Amino acid sequence: MTVQAEDPAPGIMMQAAGVRKSFGTLEVLKGIDLVVRQGEVMCLLGQSGSGKSTFLRCINHLERIDYGRIRVDGELIGYKERGGYLREMHEQEIARQRVHIGMVFQHFNLFPHMTALQNVIEGPIGVKRENRDEVVERAHGILKRVGLSEKVNAYPRQLSGGQQQRVAIARALAMRPKLILFDEPTSALDPELVSDVLDVMRDLAESGMTMIVVTHEVGFAREVADRVVFMADGEIVEQGKPADVIGNPSHPQTRAFLSKVLV
Amino acid sequence: MSLQKSAFHGSGSDHTADQPIKPARHPWRWVAIAFVALLAVMFVHTLMTNPRFEWPIVAKYFTSGTILLGVRRTLELTAIAMLSGVGLGVLLAVMRLSPNPVLSSASWLFVWFFRGSPLLVQLLLWYNLSALFPDISLGIPFIGPDFVKIDANVLITPYLAALLGLGLNEAAYSAEIIRAGIISIDHGQTEAAQSIGMSRGRLLRRVVLPQAMRVIIPPLGNDTINMLKMSALVSIIAVPELLFAAQTIYSRTFETIPLLLVAVIWYLIVVSVLSVIQYYIERHYARGSSRSLPLTPLQGLRKLLGFGPRGRPALPDEKRSAA
Repeated sequence: MTVQAEDPAPGIMMQAAGVRKSFGTLEVLKGIDLVVRQGEVMCLLGQSGSGKSTFLRCINHLERIDYGRIRVDGELIGYKERGGYLREMHEQEIARQRVHIGMVFQHFNLFPHMTALQNVIEGPIGVKRENRDEVVERAHGILKRVGLSEKVNAYPRQLSGGQQQRVAIARALAMRPKLILFDEPTSALDPELVSDVLDVMRDLAESGMTMIVVTHEVGFAREVADRVVFMADGEIVEQGKPADVIGNPSHPQTRAFLSKVLV
Repeated sequence: MSLQKSAFHGSGSDHTADQPIKPARHPWRWVAIAFVALLAVMFVHTLMTNPRFEWPIVAKYFTSGTILLGVRRTLELTAIAMLSGVGLGVLLAVMRLSPNPVLSSASWLFVWFFRGSPLLVQLLLWYNLSALFPDISLGIPFIGPDFVKIDANVLITPYLAALLGLGLNEAAYSAEIIRAGIISIDHGQTEAAQSIGMSRGRLLRRVVLPQAMRVIIPPLGNDTINMLKMSALVSIIAVPELLFAAQTIYSRTFETIPLLLVAVIWYLIVVSVLSVIQYYIERHYARGSSRSLPLTPLQGLRKLLGFGPRGRPALPDEKRSAA
């Protein structure tokens, strides 16, 4: 798939072009080109170390990139165009961009000294300066939507992993983001808690949220994703409809990976 | 079948499972208690019978104006030195963790000097600052005119010298304590805060520091108590704090021991109050750190006496021990 780096077409939510990144001498991203349309659910699959989490973290500039461009809703992330080169933005400008990009982490990363509700309202009130009463009301609604209306005043350590991850999703949702990045959201969960989180994500997908999901849950990818992207050694080796990529993989790396996770 | 059954019951008795289970006996504990009790009685006995303690004189001066003024001055010194020290300490800690090598080295150098030289020497240096800089002026360095120019002997009073010495020393120590607190927080917290668009300042204020407080408060409480006692050092530069007040009285009346006792008792009282305050501050910052907050001493006492904390039904084992 060819991608025009400049002048993004309408309906494109995230566009990466030629993204390369190294940690020291190890090149972890070797030129990623990828487009995610508005409302699309994209699952990134691949072995550990294939670069999928690193790429995800580049989308909200938690990681710097060495080459290439990443745009979210047409806006260049983390850098500014100068004549002939890109200059990294100041922290405040990057922070302003991150407001529109939700993120859900493998280890939840909830604020342990705040209750579930306080975790959810912290961003809208503290960062976006929205009206407190409105935000609290909205937060109650979101927590209810993720099935945690009983746990509004619980601290993260009083919640199970699945409940914590759902609070984390609620925290991302409360910012009313344009897209949400999920970084292996169920990998740290006990097996019986995984489905609660996946149900919430499925519900989100159906409501039209744009989602980029790094996951090992092939079943979820097959059922919910609009498109599956398979990465190996810092490159995209295969992408397409889940039924094609998962049901009938063409690349040997994809086949090798699927045979391991689908035992 | 029968073999399994007897192996399971051990003794073979059919009633074993119903017999009550009792805790182990600890006879040596009683010996230790008796020994400590004897020492305590001996101590109280000498306090009451040795006339050289001169308790009536202790009582006479305990609330005298000079002493109370000294207590006030000691509290003032401690509070101002701690507040300014910790404030500067936060700045130094953030500087030390900054990616900017100049800021980080400047912070390191500050800590190196003020932690590395004796507080007593620092106090004497500040007190004698006028010998080094007779005039202290504010203006454009090297070339420009001075806007303000003050005689150092007027500006650096003993009280200000004491505050500078105590405060800057505390800044060096608390900088390290706060730095330790900040780096103890998982990096995932920073990433989560960044992912909702938080600025650096807010991240520090709302996410990192409140959690770091759990690590920071115990050693900082230690420092506060230490500061209260170290403030006695400034008696050497004639700041009329508690020890100095006691000294001025006994240099006149020669009732040395009773007045030192007055000072010690006041120090102990203030330290006790500080410890209680520290306990409740720690409890405040323990929010969310465990599944339930530890009991306050009052609740603990009630539980020990078998009442059980208010508002919570007694646990099954409490009921059993009460029965």
